[in-house]
Amino acid sequence: MTSVTDPPQGSFRLSMLINDTRYRSYTFQFIALVLLIGFMAYLGINLVSNLAAQGLNISFGFLGNAAGYDINQTLVEYDSQSSHLRAAVVGIINTLIVAFLACVTATIFGVIAGVLRLSNNWVVRKLMAFYVEIFRNIPVLIWIIIIFSIMTVSMPAPRDFRGEDPSASMLFESFAFTNRGVYSPAPVIDGASGWIVIGVFIASIIGIFAYRRYATKKLYDTGQLLPMLWPSVALFFVPVTLVYFILGRPITLDYPSLQGFNFQGGLHLRGSLIALWFALAIYTGAFIAENVRAGILAISKGQTEAAASLGLRPGRIMNLVILPQALRVIIPPLISQYLNITKNSSLAIAVGYMDVTSTLGGITLNQTGRAIECILLLMLFYLTISLLISAVMNVYNNSVKLRER
Amino acid sequence: MKKTAFYGALTVAGFAASMASAATLDDVKERGTLNCGVTTGLIGFASPDANGVWEGFDVGVCRAVAAAVLGDPTAVEFVPTTGKTRFTALASGEIDVLARNTTWTFSRDVDLKFEFVGINYYDGQGFIAPRDLGVSSAKELDGATVCIQTGTTTELNLADYFRANNISYEPVPIETNAEGQQQYLAGACDVYTTDASGLAATRAAFENPQDHIILPEIISKEPLGPLVRHGDNDWADVVRWTLNALIAAEELGVTSANIEELAAAPTGNPEVNRLLGTEDELGAMLGLEADWAKNAIAAGGNYGELFEKNIGENTPIGLARGLNAQWTEGGLLYTPPFR
Repeated sequence: MTSVTDPPQGSFRLSMLINDTRYRSYTFQFIALVLLIGFMAYLGINLVSNLAAQGLNISFGFLGNAAGYDINQTLVEYDSQSSHLRAAVVGIINTLIVAFLACVTATIFGVIAGVLRLSNNWVVRKLMAFYVEIFRNIPVLIWIIIIFSIMTVSMPAPRDFRGEDPSASMLFESFAFTNRGVYSPAPVIDGASGWIVIGVFIASIIGIFAYRRYATKKLYDTGQLLPMLWPSVALFFVPVTLVYFILGRPITLDYPSLQGFNFQGGLHLRGSLIALWFALAIYTGAFIAENVRAGILAISKGQTEAAASLGLRPGRIMNLVILPQALRVIIPPLISQYLNITKNSSLAIAVGYMDVTSTLGGITLNQTGRAIECILLLMLFYLTISLLISAVMNVYNNSVKLRER
Repeated sequence: MKKTAFYGALTVAGFAASMASAATLDDVKERGTLNCGVTTGLIGFASPDANGVWEGFDVGVCRAVAAAVLGDPTAVEFVPTTGKTRFTALASGEIDVLARNTTWTFSRDVDLKFEFVGINYYDGQGFIAPRDLGVSSAKELDGATVCIQTGTTTELNLADYFRANNISYEPVPIETNAEGQQQYLAGACDVYTTDASGLAATRAAFENPQDHIILPEIISKEPLGPLVRHGDNDWADVVRWTLNALIAAEELGVTSANIEELAAAPTGNPEVNRLLGTEDELGAMLGLEADWAKNAIAAGGNYGELFEKNIGENTPIGLARGLNAQWTEGGLLYTPPFR
């Protein structure tokens, strides 16, 4: 017969750090941490002493010096006399632009392709499978270069639009597709009344959301289904159109026109931006499609059947029953895809898009030779932006996750 | 996150550790090959031929150094570098010498801690435009789209030139000369700008070179030359005097045709004797064999021969000697004496 004795209380001996399983894991974790810190310190000291031996030092003073180079796509004021820091900011903004555009587009592509891959139609299903397998299995850099090359080689140059009988002409007299990118009309806001129209537009978008929220609440509370589609469409178009004409059309379009070497005026979407945006969107879209498919498949078929037995139409089943539940499965990997898009946008240099890797990590690094500083700043930027995206998406994830009542 | 920082530190530290290697001469001798950084391909200056053998004017410098140090002009490992990767490659010790039309500037020499050992081509930045664009001067380029290699001095000169002339342009950044050529030919940019020698080399590769004109403006000074890491003076001396030997050989009339004969026995000209190792011991002072300069010159000929063979007027590149003639012929080439 064995007798069970209580472990000795309150008498901690040093040997227990090794022998007692309760403390042993902490001991080894502590040793590992000390070793890691020591190793990092060694690397750091090694770096600093080697730099000192080369007569170099780590200094961020170069950020204040004039950059000396020009950037073609600048949303903030920038010229070649601006500082390297400002060039980095221009690059950061350009990175964020392409990352945002690609995230939105990839989500749209991904959701459509993911849903259609489960379609009952054989052709549609196989087409979507084909899309997913082709695009996610070829590196994104190759896609970027393919799209850019196709645009450069197949599109007409601006000089082809010139002359009495040009070999290329503008679409609707307002869109020019050239190998330098797409030129389209740009809205010109005429004074305060123009801003009022924009304000009304934003207000009606908020109104659409408010109405849909109200309708959903009403549906849940009373079971009464208010029409969703036509009030939304009406809210979207009617107020803004009315205000637009009442105020005397304060927003006009600036059409691009061929002047000198190039098209002038209008909105210029550079070929490099289009290639990068589109390549990132279709490439990541293929991954998102698989996430969406996995999310939908994760929902028991009984849910669909139960919804169908209530008389819901297939579109409604998807929107009201399946997708809301699938989101729980879809959102976490979707966060990773958004992070991937943001980080993959650093391939911009392949097509000469001036993102932060091209400005700070490319030209600035090269002109100043401050490789370590520039790379550290780049790491800091990508880390910050990735953690931010992750944080925001996790907040959203919490809002859609299953609530147990 | 901890891991990211760790790998980052590891990379940076590894990069810094390899920077601290001195005594490149011993490394090269021990390795048996010279690692030479060249362009990714610029016809006439450095490009692989149909058999994959690198040839060109800059390649000639690499081969001369290899011949001087190792006695074998083929003992060279060519490392193609872009405008952006070249300095990292040199600073990290991946290459021993960079012979890649690189402009000698103050900041590269002083701030980036490199050592320019001399100038093997006096150049300046120019523009190339299609003839049917109807442009005859760079000053008419207001609003033009300009292809430009990023991370080069030409990029800075371009910004300065257009600013000084108060005209605007749209830069199209590209990475390599081949990419620039493709974009330019497709009409994605109106003009292409780089060093005038590079433009001539690029134009030579076009299907219809006569359809393109090089605009008359030369907007900068671009002294191009080989460079090594700062701080290894012995190695810098080897590369510097190899280049000087090529230039001096032309001045002294030593060619690949007559070098065997001149090196066989002391001649009447003491400087030729010192250069070819039949008098004094210049080679030993450098830590090399007595026939180092003879090997270097025999590798591809003297400076003039290299020029004529690779980029001269009888080649498709068709560059005149101009500033790159010997000082005795009214050019700028002037080597310190071998004594």
